[in-house]
Parts: sequence; structure tokens; C-alpha cells
Amino acid sequence: MTPLSQLLPGQFGKLASLNPERGVDQRLMALGLLPGMVLKLIRRAPLGDPLAIEFGGQVVSLRLAEAENLIVDVSADCPIQRPRQP
Amino acid sequence: MSTPEPGLLVALVGNPNTGKSTLFNALTGLRQRVGNYPGVTVARKSGTCDLGDGQKVELVDLPGLYSLAAASPDEQVVIDALSGNIAGDRRPDAVVLVVDSTNLLRNLFLASQVAELGRPVVIVLNQADVAKEQGLRIDTELLSRRLGGVPVVMSSAWKGEGILDVRRAIASAVAQQTPMKRVAWPTNIAAALTEVANVAATDTGKVVTEADAQRLLFDTNPSTADRLGWTVAQREKTLRSARDRVRNSGYNPMAAEPLVHYAHLRIVLEGVVTEGAGKAGRSAAVDRLLLHRVLGPVLFLGIMLGFFGSVFWLAKFPMEWIQFGVDALKGVVAPQLDAYPMLQSLLADGIIGGVGAFLVFLPQILILFLFIGILEDSGYMARAAFIMDRLFSWCGLNGKSFVPLLSGFACAIPSLLSTRTIEDPKARLATAFVVPFMSCSARFPVYALMCAAFIGPLYGPGWQSVVMIGMHCVGLFFAVPTAFVLTRLVLKVKPQPFVLELPRYQMPKPRDVIWRMWQNAAEFVSKAGTVIFAITIIVWALSYFPRDPSVAERIKVANPSATEEVLKAKVQATYVEQSYMGRFGKAVQPIFDPLGFDWKITVGVLASFPAREVIVSTLGVTYSVGEGAEADSQHLRKAMQDAKWSEGPRAGTPIFSLAAVLALMVFFALCSQCGPTIATLAQETGGWKWAAGSFVYMTALAWLAGTAVYQVVIRLS
Ligand SMILES: Nc1nc2c(ncn2[C@@H]2O[C@H](COP(=O)(O)OP(=O)(O)OP(=O)(O)O)[C@@H](O)[C@H]2O)c(=O)[nH]1
Ligand SMILES: [Mg+2]
Repeated sequence: MTPLSQLLPGQFGKLASLNPERGVDQRLMALGLLPGMVLKLIRRAPLGDPLAIEFGGQVVSLRLAEAENLIVDVSADCPIQRPRQP
Repeated sequence: MSTPEPGLLVALVGNPNTGKSTLFNALTGLRQRVGNYPGVTVARKSGTCDLGDGQKVELVDLPGLYSLAAASPDEQVVIDALSGNIAGDRRPDAVVLVVDSTNLLRNLFLASQVAELGRPVVIVLNQADVAKEQGLRIDTELLSRRLGGVPVVMSSAWKGEGILDVRRAIASAVAQQTPMKRVAWPTNIAAALTEVANVAATDTGKVVTEADAQRLLFDTNPSTADRLGWTVAQREKTLRSARDRVRNSGYNPMAAEPLVHYAHLRIVLEGVVTEGAGKAGRSAAVDRLLLHRVLGPVLFLGIMLGFFGSVFWLAKFPMEWIQFGVDALKGVVAPQLDAYPMLQSLLADGIIGGVGAFLVFLPQILILFLFIGILEDSGYMARAAFIMDRLFSWCGLNGKSFVPLLSGFACAIPSLLSTRTIEDPKARLATAFVVPFMSCSARFPVYALMCAAFIGPLYGPGWQSVVMIGMHCVGLFFAVPTAFVLTRLVLKVKPQPFVLELPRYQMPKPRDVIWRMWQNAAEFVSKAGTVIFAITIIVWALSYFPRDPSVAERIKVANPSATEEVLKAKVQATYVEQSYMGRFGKAVQPIFDPLGFDWKITVGVLASFPAREVIVSTLGVTYSVGEGAEADSQHLRKAMQDAKWSEGPRAGTPIFSLAAVLALMVFFALCSQCGPTIATLAQETGGWKWAAGSFVYMTALAWLAGTAVYQVVIRLS
């Protein structure tokens, strides 16, 4: 279990929990970033922040501060699939 | 645009960047701006759409949004439109949900929320061409059945494919009123929703729909409660107990809504999409290059430099052609009117000289908008925001401020409107406040004139472009600390989330890009024909009258030995000086004396407060009044180069010294000289307070910086 902010570029993880009351944007959840979703950290911006992550067939940028509130499970056997269509 | 009677109203709703505006244009034949960036449409636009059988409905294009839990003002527009909450507007009779075919799950989340409103809906799976290219096959019939029989059609709005199906689907949705299948709320959540609806209805005496209850229960933002007039005191206890109830059933109340909808949709979509062989998008590969740690910023800088470079150099030849045309016109018109000196002066010096001086910049404006269009339509704009976010967060803004700020280099008005995509009202205010600092295209003519007349001839073309680029940075240089102080100390903006979808790259579509360029060019030209034209004539009249013949007589008598030529010049100079404009300029000049401005520049500066580019035409008029036929484009430059102080301590030295030229450009870079910007700022910040603040702040800053530049440079040189 690690915060999303600590993933390495290219690493997959499965979202374990989010903490909406601690300010996870409602928008991220609307985009489908919900527990159980497989995601991949694509890269960090050249200056280190924000991050680009891929999940559910889309690439979304979010800041480190938000990524810290997202706990991912990197050990879960994440199917190395393109996370795109359901 | 006539509203059909009896008016049926149909709203286009969907995620950002799915092609709503493109579909709107295809259905109505209008031209709304489109672009490959989430948040192109920021306000409601309407048009008439023929349903194919002669029946007409009013169609509204709305901003894109991901969820009805609205956060930013552009999203609120959609919520209000859906609930018929906009003054003078009705609830839509049907909702067209525009969906990106390549990502059904995420797009249908919004659709599923909208279904809760109980309106008839049509589901349009747009960008079908892209889905096909990626090898996705979608069973629209199955999807339609799973969603309770609502029409589901595929379209490629950009190619104009499937538009007729969309028209028919709207007609059938309106006729049959089939509602979309709704989620089944878990018992505890359903009970909590009923409780909220009942209490709110009792407290406010208004009708509270199920959809309203969902917004009240799930959202942190109070817009629905405010609309119903349900006060904090009234709702606090009810909402807390209802949310506890949701929590006790195992759902986090803030996440319950997306969790339930997404679970529902996964079942709905089971077997709807089959993945066949297809090309995966190349966006990831392009991003590896354009967002590379080292190459990314280098390319970013390269693109920006290329941008400004091309605006300057590509426009050179077309500008010369226009100038040639203007001069030729003057050469033809002026001699015809030798018998009517006043008319000659009005046409040649006033109208052709003034408006022509402004029109010369049309090619630069075209290239500027071409470039911005390409950046936006290709999908790079969102990447630029991604790269720049860190720098912006440092001064309290976020990457979403980047797009308004960059487009501020073209024009402040659309960029002030595009700040609506920023959720946090304070961050939005701070962004809007610094947008006018960006060096808009109207400042361009000023720099271009000064550089071409003084910097270029004196220091060579190299320095000319350095000064040009430097001038574009002056505003930025002051904007950053301004934003910093504003966000950190004055407004105390909280750090905000920056959630931005990076759209897939696409070839910029020439049609859209050129249309955009064309529209802006038309605006520029019509401005030349209206505002600039009017101000030019006023300035001309003020600097032509009064024209007492005794003045000429007196000069002739005083200089008996002077040649015809010299005499004429002396007479003209005296006339301008004793004109209304001359007298006024001289009276006000002391204010601008520390910046090294003479009374003619002062007149130009004052006339430019409604629109800064007026300075060019004003200088064109004040420096050429009475010159008639001899005046050509070289003339304005030459007249300015030759201008000398006639009195005071600086008598005999050139008015346009390096110090004064730089001070003038810096003054124009910073001064708040644009009526429409001030008005838009007032509109977007909800009052005149910030607009007035911006005006005073920028104008004072411009005066101080101009003075500093002049005083420093004059001492150094
Ligand atoms: N390939 C393809 N591209 C499309 C299609 N429809 C729209 N686009 C492109 O998608 C991008 C977004 O289109 P818009 O019409 O601006 O989208 P919108 O939904 O109005 O976006 P917002 O106003 O930002 O919410 C543009 O670059 C369009 O050219 C389509 O059917 N096929
Ligand atoms: Mg749009």
C-alpha cells in the first residue's frame, strides 16, 4: 500500500482507498477513479509536479498533493492490460 | 435567429471535448468555436435545428462537464440550464447526451446522472471514426435496450456523418418521451434521499425533485440549496444525519454517487463494446517526446519562440503589400482634392492615414490566431498547461491559468471568458486580474511601429527582434509578482487541485483553424471600420480645427524671405499646435513629461484609453495633418524621426530618443487601455470593484515603469 505519489513512472497500481473528505477532488471520482480501478503512473511533469496518470482509457493530470491522498495497491496482481474499455 | 413556435428546447450535454460544439454546428449550420481542449465552450449558445421532417427546435450548446456536482462557473451554467434555472429560459424538453465513443464508461456517468432528471434523452456516440480506427465495435441496439429503449446513434460530427440519424433520434425522443433507465439506489441511500427531499420541501415550501435531493445530499457545493433557498441552519442537521445513514450502509457519502453509478454502468456496458484489431493511438509516443523531462521544456520554449518569431517575420511581406496599397490609394485620392484642402486632409491624413496605419497589422493578427488555433486543435495546449503548472502553482495559480494567459497574448477578452474553467473563484479572480498584463495583439502595432522607426534603423534588425520579444515579456514580468501578492497575501487562495484531461493528439483540422483565424480577422477589420474609424476622425478634427486664415498671413508676414516649402511647413506646424488637440495636449503634457512624452505623444496616449492601438493612427494623424499628398508610410516614420523638442530644457534634441521610445513601449505594455477589457473584467468578476482596481493599478504601474525607464536610459545614454 503506497500513496499514488510514490509510484514510479510506468508502474501500475490498483486504487485501494481514497479519502474524499481529505480533499480528493470530486472530479477524479467522476472520471471513474474509484476503489478497484487499475491505474498507471505515466510520468511526472518536467518540474516534478503534476503527474500524468492513465486509467479507464484516459490520461489525466493531477498534482502531487492530490496523489498523496490516493492509496494504491501495487502488489495486487494487476493485469498488465491496457486499462481501457470495461 | 427566430425561436420556433411552439418552441421545443433541446440541450446538448456531455463531457468536455466530446464534440458538442462540432455537432451543434452540424445540426444548426452555425459556427461555434471548437477546439481540442477541455473547456472551449464556456457559455450557453443557441440556434435553430431542423429535425429533418420540417419540425424545428431550439438547440443549445453548453459547456462540457464530467459530473453534475458542479465546481466551476462554466459547469454551473449546465446545471442551471438543465433545471431551467436561467432567467427567461425553460427546462429543456429533451437532452442530447454527446458521448465520446472511445470511452463509454466515463462518458455515461454524466448521462446516468442526467437520467435522474427524468427528461427524454438521446445518446449520441460521437467520434465514431476514431472508435472505428481503434478497432472498437459498439452494439448500439444492445446499449439502447439496456438503457430502457432511449435512442442511441453513432456519429462523426466533424465529418458530418450520422447527423441525419441524430435529427431523427431527437424527433423520436421528443415524440415518445422515453426516459432513460435509472440506477437502483441501495435502500439506505434511497431512504436518505427521500428524507432530504421531504425536509427540504417542508422547510422551503418548494418542489424538491429526486435529482435536487441527490445534489443536496452528495455535493459539497451549496448551489442547489441556495437555489431552493434552503439555509445552512435549516439543512445542516438533516444533511448530517442523512450522510451518516449513507455511511452506515457502507458507502462514503462523498463517493457514494459515482460508486453506485459506475457499478450500474459496468453492468449496462457488459458486452456492448468489442475490441477488434485496430491502431492504438499514437498519443503516448508523441507524449514521450513532448513531455520528456529535458526535451519537453526545450521543445516548449522552441515552440513559443518559433511562435513569436513567425508572427514577426512571416507577416513582413504581406504587411508591405498592404502598406503599398494604402499609400497607392492615398496617392490616387489626394491629388483629386487639391481644390478642397479640408476634405483632402480629412480623407488622406485622417481616414486613409489613420485607419491604414492600423490595418497594416492584419497579417500579424492572422498569423497569431493561426498559431493559437493549431496549438489548441492539435491537443498541445493541455500539455503546455501540464508543463507549466508547477511554475504557476508557485505564484498561486494553476495550469488551467495557462490557457487564458497564453491566449491573452492574442486578446484579453476571450481569455477572460476562458477563466471560467477555473473552479476556485479566488484563483479565477487572480487569473483574470493578470490576464490584461499579457501583451495582446493590439499592443503589437505600437511595438512594431517604434521598433521599425527607431530600434531597427539605429541598432539593426537583431536588436529589433530582441526588443520585440522583450516587450512581450514586460507584462509577464509584472504579472508574476502581481499574481503572487494577490493570491498569497490579498485573496489567500488555498492550494487547489489541478485535474485536467490530456486529450489525444490529432491533426489540426484546417477548416476549424482557418475559421477561427477568419473570425478574428473579421473582428479586427470591423474594429478598423468602427472604433478606430470614429476615433481617427475625432482626432483629425480636433487637430485640424480651428484654422484661422489670419495665422497663415501672420507667418507669411513674419518670414518674408522663406521659400514656399519652408513656409508651408511652418504654417502646418503652427496650425496643429494651436488646434484644440494641440492646446489640450500641451496642458496635460506635464503629467507625462517624466516619461519624455511631448504633447503629441500625450495626445496619442490620451486618445488610446478606449483602445490602445489607436496610438498608431493618432500619431499617423498628428504627424501628417496638412501634409496631404506627400504623406506616405515612410513619412510617418520620417516625421517621427525628425521630430525635435522646440522648447524647454530639451529643446533641439529628438523627441523620440531611445529613452522615450523604450518608455513609450513599456508604458503601452502595462497601461490599462482597452474599454472592452475593463467591461469584461467587471462582468466576469461580478462588479466594478476589480475592474476599477485593475485600471488604476495598471495605469499607475505603467506611469511608474515608463518614468523609471526614461530616467534611467536618458542618464545612461
Ligand atoms: N475525429 C473526430 N474528431 C471530432 C469529431 N467531433 C469533434 N471532433 C474534434 O474534437 C474536438 C472537440 O470538439 P468540440 O466540438 O470543441 O468539443 P466540445 O464538446 O464542444 O468541447 P467543450 O466545449 O470543451 O466542452 C475538436 O478538435 C473537434 O474537431 C468527430 O466526429 N471525429
Ligand atoms: Mg464546445
